[in-house]
Amino acid sequence: MQLGRVMGTVVATEKAEGLDGVRFLIVQPLDRRKEPSGLPVVAADAVAMAGPGELIYFVGAREAAQALPETFVPVDHAIVGIVDAVEELRS
Amino acid sequence: MKIARVVGTVVSTIEHPAFEGRKLLVCDLLGADGEPDGSYVLASDTVGAGAGETVLLIDEGNSARQVVGLETAPIRSIVVGVVDEVRVDGGDWSV
Repeated sequence: MQLGRVMGTVVATEKAEGLDGVRFLIVQPLDRRKEPSGLPVVAADAVAMAGPGELIYFVGAREAAQALPETFVPVDHAIVGIVDAVEELRS
Repeated sequence: MKIARVVGTVVSTIEHPAFEGRKLLVCDLLGADGEPDGSYVLASDTVGAGAGETVLLIDEGNSARQVVGLETAPIRSIVVGVVDEVRVDGGDWSV
């Protein structure tokens, strides 16, 4: 999983079966210092509470679909948590 | 599996139920020389790993779900061990 920042929303009326009711957001992946890293992705919002500007974490690949109520769906990124804080540890 | 170093934690109140009750660790992935290679992974802890520790990390869904005992869950990255020692040609790592 990686950190990401929600940049916006995506609306699609025509989509694959099983995706009705799933919210899609544009997410900019971040490095661990919260700087943008790589290209934005479209992610399903599995917590149903993420909004633009929010710091979130998302899971990629096949596991993303497992975050949704219908698990056999074509989704490759899903937001699975909203970040309150990233705490750096000192050893 | 990958070798990583624990450098932080993520605090999250609103999260998918599959992540509840487990610490979410920020893990720097280590290169062949034992130094961070610039990439990182957020991984659920299953062994009680702590700050600065070198850990074994799985980044594959089936194994991760098996370890946490859930058949369906969006879990892919988990910490499954704390590394005591790594010996390689050209010098051991400091873990």
